[in-house]
Amino acid sequence: MVMISGARSPLYAKRRRRNVAMMGFSFGATAFGLSWLVLILGVLLWKGFSGLSVAVFTEMTPPPGSAGGLLNPIMGSLIMTAIAVAIGTPLGMLAGTYMAEYGRYDKLSSVVRFINDILLSAPSIVVGLFIYEIMVAQMGHFSGWAGAVALAVIVVPVVVRTTEDMLTLVPDTLREAAASIGLPRSLMIRRVAYRAARAGMITGVLLAIARISGETAPLLFTALNNQFWSLNLNAPVSSLPVVIFQFALSPYKDWQNLAWTGALIITLAVLTLSIVARFLGSQSKSS
Amino acid sequence: MQSTRRSPVVDVALQAGAMQTAQEQVDRSKILQRLRLGDIGFRWLTRCAAITVLIILSGIIISLVHGSWPALRAFGPSFLIDETWNPVTEKFGAIAPIYGTLVTSIIAMLIAVPVGLFIAMFLTELCPMWLRRPIGVAIELLAGIPSIIYGIWGLFVFAPFLQQHVQPSLISAFGHIPLLSTLFAGPPYGIGILTAGLILAIMVLPFITSISRDVFEAVPPVLKEAAYGLGCTTWEVARYVVLPFTRVGVIGGVMLGLGRALGETMAVTFVIGNAQRISGSILAPGTTISATIANEFTEAVGDLYTSSLIALGLILFVITFIVLAFARLLLMRLNARLGS
Repeated sequence: MVMISGARSPLYAKRRRRNVAMMGFSFGATAFGLSWLVLILGVLLWKGFSGLSVAVFTEMTPPPGSAGGLLNPIMGSLIMTAIAVAIGTPLGMLAGTYMAEYGRYDKLSSVVRFINDILLSAPSIVVGLFIYEIMVAQMGHFSGWAGAVALAVIVVPVVVRTTEDMLTLVPDTLREAAASIGLPRSLMIRRVAYRAARAGMITGVLLAIARISGETAPLLFTALNNQFWSLNLNAPVSSLPVVIFQFALSPYKDWQNLAWTGALIITLAVLTLSIVARFLGSQSKSS
Repeated sequence: MQSTRRSPVVDVALQAGAMQTAQEQVDRSKILQRLRLGDIGFRWLTRCAAITVLIILSGIIISLVHGSWPALRAFGPSFLIDETWNPVTEKFGAIAPIYGTLVTSIIAMLIAVPVGLFIAMFLTELCPMWLRRPIGVAIELLAGIPSIIYGIWGLFVFAPFLQQHVQPSLISAFGHIPLLSTLFAGPPYGIGILTAGLILAIMVLPFITSISRDVFEAVPPVLKEAAYGLGCTTWEVARYVVLPFTRVGVIGGVMLGLGRALGETMAVTFVIGNAQRISGSILAPGTTISATIANEFTEAVGDLYTSSLIALGLILFVITFIVLAFARLLLMRLNARLGS
């Protein structure tokens, strides 16, 4: 920063004062922003760890007033997340492949890119309503399948975006080299481009999992909730976020404590996933 | 891009000039045929997947319109301006949730935009290099925390804190000033419009910060160096060089954050109080579109009730679609300018 020494005029003094004040603001704003992270994580760790025990992972959700665990919502969340990823990932990767490899500059791609970006930040509760309309209302009952499909709808835009971005980063010389030894285009994409972009594409999937593992709104009226052990995906299935929602808003102390523990489990899972994703992402960019 | 116009079928497997029997030639043409089919098939598969994204969006719109049709037909345009929300008499109007959605989002943006811009300025202009990455990552971790965590934290920690320490002093401080006294009237509930707005501010802060930081970083150094060379202070460079240059991108980032705030469900549902009325005071409980749907949808009996809730969802989707589309158009324009 340039300091003009000897400048004593009121204008300089005013400018310097203003500069110091604004820099103070920006320093304060950063401390303010970071303090929320500390506050939220601090409370979460404190409240969550005090309720963490083996029983949380081995017992069912209890009726009010008795002890229990979170086994059925954890299983439900894992199963629905797995199905959502199994549906959403291939769809998203293929769509991203089209946009990066076949129609990088054509009209369809730019429209899809625009719509996909909107879906990426569209309110997730609207996705819940959509799946309610097309699955729950048609089948006549809430189901784990509906929950999984709702989550898949959220997975797709995340995977489309990262797949396209990562494939665009693959140097064209690799594609040209593959073509010059006579590889057809589809094989070139699968054997060369995918391999070069693999770390980035896995990052996208991890980010998508992180995104849906905390999603509550789309599950509220698709998978609903289930107090009992149930792996039947044609029936309502319990999930961690929905149980947290229900238990936190209940008047029972036991339930509220379980909600905190569940919140801790979700947050740790999400943060671990996003840190791993970031690590992979930075590797794929530097290599 | 020459590579995109490459012919899809390229000769493989056998080298020209090799001895070929009739059998080998048949094999070769079979293999080529298979590869050609595979190529066309894969291309179509990816194309269909891309079109599926469009189908999802149109499916959302069609299903919401279809689901909300009974309510829209029963109440007409007055659905948008009616304040009644009475499941017993089956009379529904959307203005209270719309009002709550807009007011909480405005409160959130009033706080998050300046703070986010200041953090972005800190990260690009002031922060020592070795600290930039850790702080950037920390802010992005804040973005990764699921919204239900903000909700439960807001309900059990933040709302009681506001109720005991902040809201009483707000009420006594502004109680005698004419206009502000209505804005901060009423008993300190803890939960309410203001609390929801503050939680939303914390939630959208990382989005605004990370986009602003990215666009601030895209300012050509030579512009900043020229300004510093003229003797500008850091603030003057940020205010008169960086901000005008990145205006479009910043507005895009702000709109993106606004889109998030408007549609956010779980963080708000916990702390809004879910009261179907419009109150002049921002300390009073209220509701938002998403909170109403989340709270009442599974309990809704009767087609008109369900349909009214879906109509609320349609309104929310239309509002966020416009905001997000505007944001994306601005950011796309910026990228085109930077790319050229």
